[in-house]
Amino acid sequence: MILNYSQPLEVTNLTSWLDAALRSSLPEFWVLLIEFVLVGVAFLAAYAVIALILIYAERKITAFFQARFGPNRVGKWGLLQSVADMVKILLKEIVKINRSDRFLFFAAPFFMIVASMATFGAIAFGKGLHAIDFNIGVLYVTAVSSLGIIGVLLAGWSSNNKYSMIGAMRSGAQFVSYELSAGFALMTIVVLAGTMQFSTMIEGQRYCWNLFNGHISSLIAFIIYLISGHAETNRGPFDLPEAESELTAGYHTEYSGLQFGFYYLAEYLNMFIIASIATAVFLGGYMPIQVKGWVAFNGIMEYIPSYIWFFGKTAVLIFLSLWVRWSFPRLRIDQLLNLEWKYLLPINLVNIVLMVILVLSGLTLTDLLPGWF
Amino acid sequence: MSSVSKYFSGLFTGIKSLLFGMSVTWKELWTKKVTRQYPENRDTLVISDRWRSELTMPHDENNEHACTACGICEMNCPNGTIKVISQMIETEDGKKKKILDKYQWDLGMCTFCNLCVLTCPSDAIKFENTFENAVFNREKLKQQLNHEGSKLRDKKKEPLAPKAE
Repeated sequence: MILNYSQPLEVTNLTSWLDAALRSSLPEFWVLLIEFVLVGVAFLAAYAVIALILIYAERKITAFFQARFGPNRVGKWGLLQSVADMVKILLKEIVKINRSDRFLFFAAPFFMIVASMATFGAIAFGKGLHAIDFNIGVLYVTAVSSLGIIGVLLAGWSSNNKYSMIGAMRSGAQFVSYELSAGFALMTIVVLAGTMQFSTMIEGQRYCWNLFNGHISSLIAFIIYLISGHAETNRGPFDLPEAESELTAGYHTEYSGLQFGFYYLAEYLNMFIIASIATAVFLGGYMPIQVKGWVAFNGIMEYIPSYIWFFGKTAVLIFLSLWVRWSFPRLRIDQLLNLEWKYLLPINLVNIVLMVILVLSGLTLTDLLPGWF
Repeated sequence: MSSVSKYFSGLFTGIKSLLFGMSVTWKELWTKKVTRQYPENRDTLVISDRWRSELTMPHDENNEHACTACGICEMNCPNGTIKVISQMIETEDGKKKKILDKYQWDLGMCTFCNLCVLTCPSDAIKFENTFENAVFNREKLKQQLNHEGSKLRDKKKEPLAPKAE
């Protein structure tokens, strides 16, 4: 009850009220059906809205890095620019390519969007705003998010275009390589947290984020996860599949209109998903900053709604990804694979052993300073 | 240097240079934006005097210009942009004289090469930097440069006059 007064802005209040209202008048089956539909609609809406916000934010931040203003004509500060772009892309014709594999060509964007959507469902947006919470959450996320590469490969194959094909193959090589590092980095933290379930993992970080708990080892895992997550989304210095001077637009050269929009949307959402998984695993997810013993401070921090904490932490990581993107020159394909197979992967393997030693010999921060963390 | 130490030194110098690159872009993020927003900054906009966008024929306060209708500018124009239409009149002392009737210039054909201004013997024409020349109709690009009722400025060449006679 006190918690209810102290956290008036949590969405949990609304959802539990809705659930109680439905249950009081309908049988179990219909309650579940209605709730599933509502959750699905909410996710689809959030997917589109977050992508629009991200596209706007990226264009604006990119411009600031290049000493420009960015979009500032459509609406106040150009806020409606990405909405206008979305309307434009919805109105465009979907061009049918002659002598392409028609079925696979149309199916490919759906693989991409479904994989990204399924991963999106596993994100904990806030207290009680968590649709899929398996006890193997981390495994589920790594498994489902890697399905997206099928969409990329199919797009390159079915387009009947050598540029698309080369772009898709590069993307495949890149994705498969870096997926390995991302998975290992997450496994390092699973060793530390002792669980694969996101909600338990986040609760366990109440007083000490995993990033600090495992100090050296966690920091290395965090950096490796950010690098490989960045590479997985085909952005920044790793955007070889879309090297426009060599491959026009890579695997989505032949796509137009809404189908291109799907790839575009999935690219931005994957950036968000990588950032939010990193938030949940390393930065305590939706947990507010809490210090053991500081009751008043903790109370004030609890007052800020959990979804604001989540989106704040995620925004910081997304900014970091944009910062990296506009700082470094593009890698060559051999440099890209060198970085993964000669640096990230061996470091990662050593790191996971180091983490096991830290955990088993009681050298994590919570073990060393139990009064503080 | 052994390959192992090469590996690690390469790794750490790589990290160092990446961090240095990020610090550079971080500073760049907070620099003043250089974009000039055109329609809003018309009051403070500075266009170079050397910018050539409109041919003009300067007239003084008596509505007099310096064009003698010699047609050198018309001959030098590579695009045939200029048409000097002259007429012969008879002066009071019975001499026949060619004076300017219409000086026509087509902005749409002009390449702003400046040859007309350079070759003009009497400095009658010059290029201005007024650059907002967009119009809705191609006909509006054809301009007449001499004002209505203007006439040739009397040249002050008294010291030269005796030599000519």
